[in-house]
Amino acid sequence: MSAASPEAGGRGSMLGSAFKWKPAKGDAGRLLACVLLSLVFAVVTGPDGTGDDPLRGIKGSLHVRAVYFVLGGLVLWVLLVAGRVFVPLLRRPRSQLTSLTNRALEPRWAKPLLCLILLAFAIWYPRTISNAAQNSLVSDVAIYALLGLGLNVVVGFAGLLDLGYIAFYAIGAYTTAYFTSKTAIPWHAPFVWNPFFLFPVALIAAAIAGVILGGPTLRLRGDYLAIVTLGFGEIVQLLAKNAQGITNGSRGAFGVPPLSVNLFGLKYKWGLSALPYYYLILGIIVLVMLAFNALNRSRTGRALAAIREDEIAAEAMGVPTLKYKLIAFAIGASVSGFAGVIFATKQFFDPSSFSFQASILVLTVVIFGGMGSIFGVVLGAVVLQGLLFNLRGTVPDADRYIYFGAVIMLMMVFRPQGLLPSRRRSREIAMSEAGLGHADSTMSGRS
Amino acid sequence: MSFFHNFWQLTVDGLSTGSLYAVIALGYTLVYGVLQLINFAHSEVFMFGGFAGIFAVRGVAPGGASGWTSVGLIFWGLLCGALAGGLAAFVLERTAYAPLRRRGAPKLAYLISAIGASYFAFNLAGKEFGRQNVNGPTLYDDRSVLFHVFSASIRIRTVLIFGVAIVMLVLLDRLVNATRLGKAIRAVAQDADTASLMGINVGRVIVLTFVVGGLLAGAGGFLYAQVFSASYTMGFLPGIKAFTAAVLGGIGNVRGAMLGGVVLGVIESYGGDLLGGNYVDVVAFLVLVLVLLFRPSGLLGERLGRAA
Repeated sequence: MSAASPEAGGRGSMLGSAFKWKPAKGDAGRLLACVLLSLVFAVVTGPDGTGDDPLRGIKGSLHVRAVYFVLGGLVLWVLLVAGRVFVPLLRRPRSQLTSLTNRALEPRWAKPLLCLILLAFAIWYPRTISNAAQNSLVSDVAIYALLGLGLNVVVGFAGLLDLGYIAFYAIGAYTTAYFTSKTAIPWHAPFVWNPFFLFPVALIAAAIAGVILGGPTLRLRGDYLAIVTLGFGEIVQLLAKNAQGITNGSRGAFGVPPLSVNLFGLKYKWGLSALPYYYLILGIIVLVMLAFNALNRSRTGRALAAIREDEIAAEAMGVPTLKYKLIAFAIGASVSGFAGVIFATKQFFDPSSFSFQASILVLTVVIFGGMGSIFGVVLGAVVLQGLLFNLRGTVPDADRYIYFGAVIMLMMVFRPQGLLPSRRRSREIAMSEAGLGHADSTMSGRS
Repeated sequence: MSFFHNFWQLTVDGLSTGSLYAVIALGYTLVYGVLQLINFAHSEVFMFGGFAGIFAVRGVAPGGASGWTSVGLIFWGLLCGALAGGLAAFVLERTAYAPLRRRGAPKLAYLISAIGASYFAFNLAGKEFGRQNVNGPTLYDDRSVLFHVFSASIRIRTVLIFGVAIVMLVLLDRLVNATRLGKAIRAVAQDADTASLMGINVGRVIVLTFVVGGLLAGAGGFLYAQVFSASYTMGFLPGIKAFTAAVLGGIGNVRGAMLGGVVLGVIESYGGDLLGGNYVDVVAFLVLVLVLLFRPSGLLGERLGRAA
C-alpha cells in the first residue's frame, strides 16, 4: 500500500479523482506477483510428485486447475488495485492522541472483565471438542503457550535470541524421569519421588543450566548468542539420543508415573484423559501470565526493556546488563524446565520431541503472537497450533508445514509486530521503520 | 592406536567434507556481510541445487555413464545445480527479504520470515520430489581407489568434492577481491549508506550477493546429492554445519568461511573417530561453542570488507 500514501494527504482532491483509475508504478509488479502466487497455489494444492518423476506433480496441477487459480489471482489483483484507490477514502486519520484519550476513557473494569470472559471461555470450550482435539490442545497448544511465555521473557522482554530453548525443556523432562521412576531411563535416582516434587527441582535444574550456559555466552553479541544456544540445543538433543546408558537413547523414556496428589485427604491422579492436564496447565499459564505481567512492570522489567532497546545506553544509565540478562535467561529456562515436567508425566517422550524444529516452533509462536506481549504469545500458540491441527483433516498430513511456512512468511511481510503486539514493541517497530533505532538488541551488532 | 593408524585417512575425509562445508558457508557469510542477517533458508537453496543437478544428470543419462562422458555429466550437473541454486536464492530474496527491507523491518522479523520460507521450501520439495531419498545415476565406481597419500586411500568422490570445491573457492575469492561486483559487495558490507551515496545500487548488490551464494550452494548441493543422495531434508544438517563453519572462521569474512569449513570438517572427522560415529555432530557443536567463548570473532575475525 505504499503507492497510496502520497495521495492520502490531499483528501479533498481525492474525492474528485477517486473513481478514475490511474496506473501506479507497482501495479504491473503486483499483477505478476498475483499470477505467480496463484500458480504456486495451484502446485501446492495439486497432486504429489515422486523422485522418479519429479514433474508429475507440477504437470498434474497445471491443466485445468491452474486456470481457476490464475483467475483467482487476477481477482486478487483487481481487489488490490481497487484497494489502492478506495482504502484512503475510508481510512479516518487517527492520531496518537485520540488513541490515548480513548484508552483513558475506557472504564477501569473493562480489561479485567475481558480477561475473565476469556478465562471462562478457555475453561468451557475444551469440554465441547473431540478427544483428539483435546489431546492436541494439551500437548501442542497449552504446552507451547507455556514454553512461549518463558521464551518471551528472553526474546520479548530482554531481546536476546535463543535458538536452543527446547534444551531446557529436555532437561526438565529427563530430570523428571530420573527422579520419579526406576524404569523409565537406565540412569535413575536411588529413591522415587512423587512427580509434584519435581516442579521445584526441574525449575531449579533448568535455571542452573540456563545460568551455566548464559554466564559465559551472554557477553557475546546477539547473533553469536543465537548460535551458541543453537549449538547447546543440538548437543543436548544428540546426547539424549546417543547416550543409551543414561537416557535410553532414541527409544525414549517410558513409564514416568502420571501426576498424583495425596495431600490433606485430597486424593487425585491425573490419568490418560487430556482434560485434567489441560486444566492443570491452564492454571499454571494463568499464574505465569500474572507473574510475568508483574515482572514486566517491575524494575527488572524496565531494565530488560532498556537492554532491548539500547544495550549501550542502558549500561551507561547504570543498568547492570549482564546481571539482568542472566536473570531473564534463568527465568526463561526455568519455565521451560517446568513445562518439561508436565510433558514427561503426561506422556511417553523420546529425543525427537527436543529437536531444533521444536525450538524454532516456540520462537515462531512468540514472534507470531507478538513479541513481548503476554497475551499475544498465548494467542500465537493457539492460532499457530490450531492452524496445524485444523489442517490435519483438510490437506494431506505431510503438506501441513507448507501452509505453516507460508503463513509465517506472510505474517512477517504484512505484520512484523505479530498478532497482538505489546504497545512498547509496536512503537519500537514503528520507530525502526522510520529509521530510528533497531527494535532488537539481539541483532543490532553493527549496521 | 587405531586413531593414529587412521590418521591420514581421517584427515583426507575431513578435508573433503570440510571443503563442502566451506562452499555452503560462503553463502551464509556473504549474506551476513551485506545484511548482518543469518540467512536461515540457505540450506533449502542447497537442497534445490541438489535435486536440480540430479534430475538434470538423470534426464541426460538415465542409465549412468563412465569415462569422459561422466566428467561431462558432472559438469552438466554442477551447472544445473548452480543455476537452480541461484534461482532459488533470487526468489528467496525477492519474497522473504525484499518486502521486509523495503519497510525497514526489525531484524528478528527477517529471521522469522526466512524460517517460514525454509519450512515452505523444503516441504514443497518433499511434496513435489517425493519424501524418499533420490539417487543419481552411477557415474563412477565409488569403491575404486585412485592413489594413496601417506596411508590414506584417495577415492574418486574425494577428488571430486575437493577439486570442485577448491575451484569454486578460488573463483569466489577472485570475484570478491578482484571484480567490480566484489568491490561493490565489500563496500555495501562496510557501510551500506555510504555505498549508496557513492552510486552503488545497494538493493541490486544484495540480490546479486544472494545469487552468488546460491550458485555456490546449488553446485555444492549437486556434489552432495551425487556422492550421497538427494532428499527434501538434505539441507538441514549441512546447513547448520556450514553456518557453524562460517561463524568459526569469523562470519562476514570470506576466507574465514573457507578456513572454518575445512577446520570444522577435519575436527569432526577426528572427533567422530575418537568418540564414535554418533558423536560427530556433538563434536562439531562443541567446537563451535568453545571457539565462540574463547575467540568470539572467529578464527580470522569478522569483516567482509577486510577480507582481502
